[in-house]
Amino acid sequence: MEQSPGTPEPSEPQEKRSVTEMERRQFLKLGLAITGVFAGGTILSAASVVDKVFATQDNFSEKYPYKPHYAMVIRQDNCIDCERCKAACAKANEVPPYGYRTQILQQVDPEAADRRREFIPVLCNQCNNPACTRACPTGATYKDKQNGIVMVDKEKCIGCKTCMSACPFNARYYNEETKAVDKCNFCFDTRLTQGETTTACAAACPAKVRIFGDLSDPQSEVFQRVHNIEKSVWVLRPETGVKPNVFYTKG
Amino acid sequence: MADNVSVEAAEAPSLADAGAGAVEAIKSKMYYLLVGVMAVLVVAGAAAGIHARLIGSLEAYGATREMPWGILISTYVFFVVTSTGLCLVSSIGHVFGVKAFTPIAERSVFLAVATIMSGFFVIFFEIENPFRMAIYNVISPNLTSNIWWMGTLYGAYMMFMAVEFYLLVTGKYRIAMIAGFLGVVSGVAAHSNLGAVFGMLDGREFWYGPFMPIYFIASAMMSGAAAIILFTWLGSKVTGNELDPPMRRALELTTQVGVLLITIILFFTIWKFIIGYAGGDAKKMALDSLIKGPYAFNFWVLELGSGMIIPLLLFIKSRGRQLGMMATASAMMMFGIFFMRYDLVIVGQVVPVQYELNVTEYSHLLSYTPSVHEIMVVLGGIGLAGLIFLLGEKVFDGHKTEAH
Repeated sequence: MEQSPGTPEPSEPQEKRSVTEMERRQFLKLGLAITGVFAGGTILSAASVVDKVFATQDNFSEKYPYKPHYAMVIRQDNCIDCERCKAACAKANEVPPYGYRTQILQQVDPEAADRRREFIPVLCNQCNNPACTRACPTGATYKDKQNGIVMVDKEKCIGCKTCMSACPFNARYYNEETKAVDKCNFCFDTRLTQGETTTACAAACPAKVRIFGDLSDPQSEVFQRVHNIEKSVWVLRPETGVKPNVFYTKG
Repeated sequence: MADNVSVEAAEAPSLADAGAGAVEAIKSKMYYLLVGVMAVLVVAGAAAGIHARLIGSLEAYGATREMPWGILISTYVFFVVTSTGLCLVSSIGHVFGVKAFTPIAERSVFLAVATIMSGFFVIFFEIENPFRMAIYNVISPNLTSNIWWMGTLYGAYMMFMAVEFYLLVTGKYRIAMIAGFLGVVSGVAAHSNLGAVFGMLDGREFWYGPFMPIYFIASAMMSGAAAIILFTWLGSKVTGNELDPPMRRALELTTQVGVLLITIILFFTIWKFIIGYAGGDAKKMALDSLIKGPYAFNFWVLELGSGMIIPLLLFIKSRGRQLGMMATASAMMMFGIFFMRYDLVIVGQVVPVQYELNVTEYSHLLSYTPSVHEIMVVLGGIGLAGLIFLLGEKVFDGHKTEAH
């Protein structure tokens, strides 16, 4: 999705269309909320809240080039590090013990007044502008034209590991069994095409941390959470310009 | 070639000066000993590489998920940088017509082929599925991939250089110039793409930016100057041929090229640090690992000391005329530059990509230690370059260029 600027330009609304005073005020308040947002030291607001206020619903949907546009929202503060997601993922996708497609990272702040530890589940971000697919010499890893999932065609992988170096999220590993680089594909081959509607990790999570769905569908939970003005939503390493489809929020 | 030497040995007693014959015989033995050592290195390296393939790189190699590129990549870079440099520096003469450079042409072109082959030897054991590469690079190319361009262009480069060498040896200098020109074009394109393999990874701050392709080309010319001086000197030792005045003049000029390029790379290095230290924490951490961290010895002593500063002083002091001093400087350079490539590849990965998330898992520098298998393959590559060089000196009789 398009990234909104951290501090929206005041001139921007005039370019779009006339807005009511109420909307304008709401917009300014929002800007303050966004710039005030902070999480994990590297944050930015990824949600196009500006568009939410000023663009029509149709415009907004067009920002998602895929149909379905698979995405995941991670409610970071709900994660308790039980690692059932990891186990379910490994089982569903035959992930060998030396590898992983998803991981739980731990953030500790011993100085914090209240909660001192938080867990951050990470997986392939299925970026809209992936660094890995650009770098792959043979097109073994590619962006699925329909659903936007970053796939791996094992047969074509030469094992140069450039995609592993290119990935800003450490989402890839070389699988000795399949002789190809392996990564999360939102369980496309193992679940989504087998009639399931969600990923193994999301299904296994007891705390409903991982919400999987179609971001191009305004009725979906992922859409509604990504476009929730009340909450800050962010992505990891936005400075790389890869445009992740895994979003983080709290609550 | 074996015939040559046995003839020499047989003739030795009949020579008026028996002492000279004995010296020749010892030299000849030394030569075969060296050839033997190089051949053993190649075989051992290939065996280690094949064994690694059988047991899997996970177990055999030191590279990891977080640091997927290790010493095999950096050694590949070392060889292809040297090859491109040999091609570029020598092309001043045999492609761009500066006559004084032509005596170094034939050996340089030959060594450019030798070193690119050594690079391919090493990368063959690094790439997990080289046979798939042969197929899918052709039938499923990704034109946005620098690796694809680099591989394809280096393939073309090797072909042009091999053809050029053949044409030089057979005395077809006019067509050789065309092949040489195509070699230069494909070499520069391939080599800047190799720089871009690193420079276009926007998730890796240490490498990211337009600096890398530029740096790679300049750095190649620096390596090329060192390789030409060192191997011309070694060649004269191997064949026992004295260097004639035109060759000495060519080496004097090559030394000047070396001085210029070392200065340029020092300039680049200084700015890389100044600009890097004005950047974010992740980049500073990588630079710190070179300045005062685990790679400080590599950086100060090997890269800067052995690779650039001492050779620069020796080159200047030699005035391009004292061959021994120039060869020493060049040998130090090649040794230092090997670690320069190592640092470039490794330090680019030591800061975890998730460092700035402030998570406990990725709050420290990562580490990498080359495995025995990796080191063996590296030695195999060095052995291959050495072997081809030694054989070339005998077969092509010191790459004499009197006909130019």
